[in-house]
Amino acid sequence: MSYFRAENLSLHFGGLKAVDSVNFAMEKGEILSIIGPNGAGKSSIFNLISRLYDPTSGRLFFEDQEITHEPPYSIAKLGIARTFQNIELFENASVLNNLLVGRHRHCTSSLWQEILYMPSVRRDEKIHRHKVEQVIEFLDLEPYRDRVISGLPYGVRKVVELARALCTEPKLILLDEPSSGLNVEETTDMSFWIRDMKSELGITVLMVEHDMSLVSRVSDRVIALNYGKVLAMGQPAEVQSHPDVVAAYLGA
Amino acid sequence: MKFLFKTDYEDDIRLFPHSGYLWTYGTLLVLIAAAPFVLSSYLISQLVFVSIYAIVGVALLILTGFTGQASLGHAAFLAIGAYTTAYLQQFGVPFPVYFLTAGLLTGIIGAIVGFPALRLHGIYLVIATISFALIVEEILARWESVTHGNEGLRVKTIQMLGTTVPRDSAGFYYLCMGVLIVVILGAINLLRSPTGRAFVAIRDSETAAKSMGINVSLYKVKSFAISAAITGLAGCLFAHKLTFISPEMFTLQLSIEFIMVILIGGAFSLHGAVLGAIFIVMVDPFLTFLKDDIPGAIANFSMLMGAGAERAAAIEKSTAAVASANGLKGAIYGFLIMAFILFEPLGLYGRWLKIKLFFQLFPLYKRATFKRQKIYVKSERNR
Amino acid sequence: MLDFVQQLVSGIALGCVYGLIALGFVLIYKATEVVNFAQGDLMMLGGFFAFTFIGILGLNYWIGFFAAVVAMAAFGMLAERLVVRPILGYPQFTIVMATIGLGFFLRSVAGMIWGTDDLKIDTPFSQGVLRLGGLVLAHDKLSVIAATLLLCLLLYLFFNKTTLGTAMRASSENMLAAYYMGIPVKRVVAIVWAISAAVATAAGVLLAPITFIHSNVGLVLGLKAFPAAVLGGFGSIPGALVGGVLIGVIESMAGFYLPQGWKDVAPYIVLLAVLLLKPEGIFGLHVRKKV
Repeated sequence: MSYFRAENLSLHFGGLKAVDSVNFAMEKGEILSIIGPNGAGKSSIFNLISRLYDPTSGRLFFEDQEITHEPPYSIAKLGIARTFQNIELFENASVLNNLLVGRHRHCTSSLWQEILYMPSVRRDEKIHRHKVEQVIEFLDLEPYRDRVISGLPYGVRKVVELARALCTEPKLILLDEPSSGLNVEETTDMSFWIRDMKSELGITVLMVEHDMSLVSRVSDRVIALNYGKVLAMGQPAEVQSHPDVVAAYLGA
Repeated sequence: MKFLFKTDYEDDIRLFPHSGYLWTYGTLLVLIAAAPFVLSSYLISQLVFVSIYAIVGVALLILTGFTGQASLGHAAFLAIGAYTTAYLQQFGVPFPVYFLTAGLLTGIIGAIVGFPALRLHGIYLVIATISFALIVEEILARWESVTHGNEGLRVKTIQMLGTTVPRDSAGFYYLCMGVLIVVILGAINLLRSPTGRAFVAIRDSETAAKSMGINVSLYKVKSFAISAAITGLAGCLFAHKLTFISPEMFTLQLSIEFIMVILIGGAFSLHGAVLGAIFIVMVDPFLTFLKDDIPGAIANFSMLMGAGAERAAAIEKSTAAVASANGLKGAIYGFLIMAFILFEPLGLYGRWLKIKLFFQLFPLYKRATFKRQKIYVKSERNR
Repeated sequence: MLDFVQQLVSGIALGCVYGLIALGFVLIYKATEVVNFAQGDLMMLGGFFAFTFIGILGLNYWIGFFAAVVAMAAFGMLAERLVVRPILGYPQFTIVMATIGLGFFLRSVAGMIWGTDDLKIDTPFSQGVLRLGGLVLAHDKLSVIAATLLLCLLLYLFFNKTTLGTAMRASSENMLAAYYMGIPVKRVVAIVWAISAAVATAAGVLLAPITFIHSNVGLVLGLKAFPAAVLGGFGSIPGALVGGVLIGVIESMAGFYLPQGWKDVAPYIVLLAVLLLKPEGIFGLHVRKKV
């Protein structure tokens, strides 16, 4: 069986079919990119997977477990983390605290233990901090550790968001336009990080992206969407030259 | 400027980041302990009120400041704590038991209020909490078998360890300060642990909090319950301080005073709760001072400036009329709320931080460091 | 049955006053997403202004009414300029607190100036009654109902048919974008406050024969207008009216048919129920954040 699978996934807003019976499957350790023009339903698929939206019909499976009806918070607990297209960070907290929130799914202390700050809480905090430091090192965020998010430039926020997702120690990570708003150099860094996530951390990556050079550099496979429907699926080069995809982008 | 050289993860989570803090807070603790031997009984009594307001301030900070759930209903939680106290006393329940019961029961009611509040945001939540408080006020006035309605309830003096602790004794002062310190320590612990971070996460972005595995509903209810429980404890002390409680003491105005505590103190730090409480409680002595001393002083001043005795007497009379006008307290409150929001949005603690930074950076401080950024209205409806 | 109709009419009349205050909330909310907690106090102040013009200066009722409305519109602009504009765009709760502060301030100052006694304005509608069979309808109540309907209609047309109305709605959605589209956002907001203060004044003057004017009247009625606005879906002009009437009727029925004490809490119980079941109100919009 495949590692992650969407079966006949649909999301309708009234008459608008944002996602229309989409089927795809991912293998463990794969990098799959979803491409398509604006409004093709890419982000909607992400919101369906992270359970912010309820699908109109269809089912989702992760590690052979159905997750279609799980509440949003248990999606993260299962090991699926995500980033957002327009950055949803905790604006008034420091980078460090943002990343520590990412550790939330590994926190086990009870309310009373925390109010008394028992030794077990203290010990756990240090473990979490250690994990966070590993991510900080992985993504070169050392200079920003104690900075508050609201004062950070866009490019750094984007990386912090990726870092926060990595702090959950995900098995599957959903990246919503990781390179949007980044300059060429930052985009190059991002592509290396995405490849490293796969090779060093063994994370499966599902990504929505517009930047074709980034897509072809990192992806194992590509899905092209338009009007909520799958147009083509396969090797990056194959999909890019697929006549339907070309037509969708050129508006023919 | 002081540089901290961090060598261990412990450095970031300890209570006192460096020895300076220990000195400051140690001195403060000594001052609090010494106060009853130095200050007049009137000032000690004011300090008791400061501690009660500060406890509620901490409760509101947890809910409003850190979880981002506004509440204008905390007077109701205070009332529930106070009435639990008065009711249980009738059956000879000892102080520690009814004190904790007041907290626990209020906490449970807070959680029950929290559930409906889950679906509400911003202004709707404010209105819902106001409604809750108004309904509680009405219940207190009507449920006569328990609350004695508008006649109110007497609260007996605390009996603990075989001694009585009258409301104006040093013992009661120590009790209140002790509760305040314990509550603050508990709040600090909570805020530096996963639950505290989850609260902040919910405040800043519920969507992101959800996708990080935070059960938003659960934590909102937790925040409501904790905040209500702390307020319930304060209610118990409040009842003992006043020795008499009736429904009209727990009005919307009191809820607004509590919000003022964190607004004036600074809604981003626990320091704010204490500073704000001191400020709010000082309004009353300030009013007394206005009434008693200012008219005479102005009259004397106008005599000095060459006005005749008759004229000075007239001035004294008219200023006295303004100073003792009924609504003056309300006007001052209104003015303070507006003034702090407009000119000192970070509150007293924010001002203190700015002053500190000024001296740390001297002479490099720029006026623009804390300049307000221009913000434009963007619809909050789409959330 | 007659009792019921009598209660219904007085409930509707009272509800219209709530509706008028709620209308003030809605106007400001529509244009700036600010909820003006001082709306009731603006009404109170409007009533005092009218009392000064009519009762003390002895002007004709209609002239005094008009003068009070104009004066309050100017005052509304002033309040907006001093208290709200500097913090426009800040979190809702901050602005709510500022308007609560404004309300406190106005209430106390009005109490100092006009005293704390109940004041009464003689109106052309104070005395007469309309008899329909066994039904006795006081003119003052009917005048409130008629004036409310008229004001609502005017404001509804204004918001939905004029360019200025559209500009107001645009500036509430996204102020910066509206500004770039050439909408004079600051002026729009000032005008909304002026209109809303004028509506409040009308409510205050119409109310004067029913519940006299005193410095706390704004607080008492303002708090009742919240359930009205929420019920109607905060942001809808007809909604505010319908919500107000519903709350007024519920209150007067609860006062008549239920034991003592229910009258004052019934509106809030209804409010909480509405918030739980249909948080967006009867006419409200429900949109969710896009991520």
